[in-house]
Amino acid sequence: MASDTLTDTKVVGENADDPTIVVENGEVVDTEPKADTYAQTQADPYGQEDSVFPPFDSTTFGAQLFWIALTFGILYIIMSKVALPRIGEILEVRRDRIEGDLAEAERLRQKTDRAIETYKTELADARAKSHGIADETRNKIKSQMDEKRREVEADLARQIASAETRILKTKTDALSNVDQIAAETAVALVGKLTGKVSIKTARVAVNAVVKE
Amino acid sequence: MAPTDPISQFNIYTLFSFGTVGADENGANGFELVFTNSALFMVASVVLISSYLILSTRGRGLVPSRVQLVSEIMYEFIANMVRTSAGNEGMAFFPLVFSLFAFIFVANMLGMYPYFFAVTSQIIITAALALLVMGVVIFYGVWKHGFGFLKLFVPSGIPLPIMFIVVPIEVLSFLSRPLSLSLRLFGNILAGHIVLKVFAGFVVSLSALGALGMVGSVLPFVMAVALTGLKLLVSALQAYVFAILTSIYLNDAIHPGH
Amino acid sequence: MEPEAARYIGAGIATIGMGGAGIGMGMIFGNFLSAAIRNPAAASSQFSNLIFGFAVTEALGIFSLVIAFMILFT
Repeated sequence: MASDTLTDTKVVGENADDPTIVVENGEVVDTEPKADTYAQTQADPYGQEDSVFPPFDSTTFGAQLFWIALTFGILYIIMSKVALPRIGEILEVRRDRIEGDLAEAERLRQKTDRAIETYKTELADARAKSHGIADETRNKIKSQMDEKRREVEADLARQIASAETRILKTKTDALSNVDQIAAETAVALVGKLTGKVSIKTARVAVNAVVKE
Repeated sequence: MAPTDPISQFNIYTLFSFGTVGADENGANGFELVFTNSALFMVASVVLISSYLILSTRGRGLVPSRVQLVSEIMYEFIANMVRTSAGNEGMAFFPLVFSLFAFIFVANMLGMYPYFFAVTSQIIITAALALLVMGVVIFYGVWKHGFGFLKLFVPSGIPLPIMFIVVPIEVLSFLSRPLSLSLRLFGNILAGHIVLKVFAGFVVSLSALGALGMVGSVLPFVMAVALTGLKLLVSALQAYVFAILTSIYLNDAIHPGH
Repeated sequence: MEPEAARYIGAGIATIGMGGAGIGMGMIFGNFLSAAIRNPAAASSQFSNLIFGFAVTEALGIFSLVIAFMILFT
């Protein structure tokens, strides 16, 4: 039963030292056999006029206020003076450390970036240089080859020209020989047909025919 | 056997007494300082929070251990909440909000343990915490802004005739804040414990009916288990709500004109 | 009618107020959910507003529950 569990304990505000409560309750001054009001509350919760719902029991308020003030005050002091500054410090130290590490990492990264940059520029330089050398060599070879080709071409042209002049000479020679031969043939033909004809007359005649 | 009625779990009884102070010669009108079960669980909450936070961070590990991580997550959670709700100036109240959150959270969670006492189911406790918050808000607001704190009740950019309606509403809403702040926590914890106890009581009373009752008592038992899960959620949520409302009210004290 | 009966009836009537809080909370969470589905990215930033609205709404329901308790037990 409920009252059994509570009879060995005293109830706040139900003490012999506190006659005001007893008077308030309108009960006998002798509190000893009365156990407590809460036991009665449990036995017959709503039957008694003086049965009080425990949270609304104003007789306990004083002691509870005292204890809440004391305990919460102590808690506040411990929190604000010891616990929270310590946790805040831990977090601060960690944040600083992480920020320091991040800054260090950033520094190293920039260093790496710079190294990569130099490497790249040097590579580009070398590439440009090799390009230049290759171009130069190519140009030199090309100019040499051009020169040689020009010489050969000039040589060829010269030979062609001399050959042409020779051909032309031969041709004119041949043509003039043709005239001679025609005249002689004409003289021979005319001599055989008609008699003697001078070579001079024949040539004039041949020339006249050829010109027509 | 434990009492099955839903009310007895809120009983406050004296564990020992420190004697009466301020009594007259007849021993009357004194304030008897008693150590009750309620006080025991307040002390337990404070000891639990303090020892956990201090012991878990003793190593000051750069790489946090698991226990240290819990403290750090709690710290950062509340710190972010205060910062977003009340700005950087509000960080002056961070220890207060953190203490409130930790105290309510641990007290609620301790109250969830069977046979343990839920400190936050006492209206005087929640009222004291709410009045502490409102006291801080009013004192800080008046100290910082003087009469400018009254701008809190006068929204800017509103024509004068409407002001006569709005200002009383603002005053009323401000006055209802401590009431709602304390009653919300109190009501949630109280109602949750009562409902849980009622369903658990069904299990006991049905089981007493014999074999059929025992089979039937499975249903309220399942309900009690589900309610326990819901209560755990509500306990954590109410601590969060109390803390976030505290930061929002502190924001009003820091920046009264809105 | 006995006064006790009136007390119980009154406590029962007082808890009707919680229904309004239930409707309000349903609206808060429903609207939050529909808004969060439309714009999931912004949902997490509004979580504290959600909790604030929930807390303010729930307090009104809790008021009626406390009234019911006061009728019942005092």
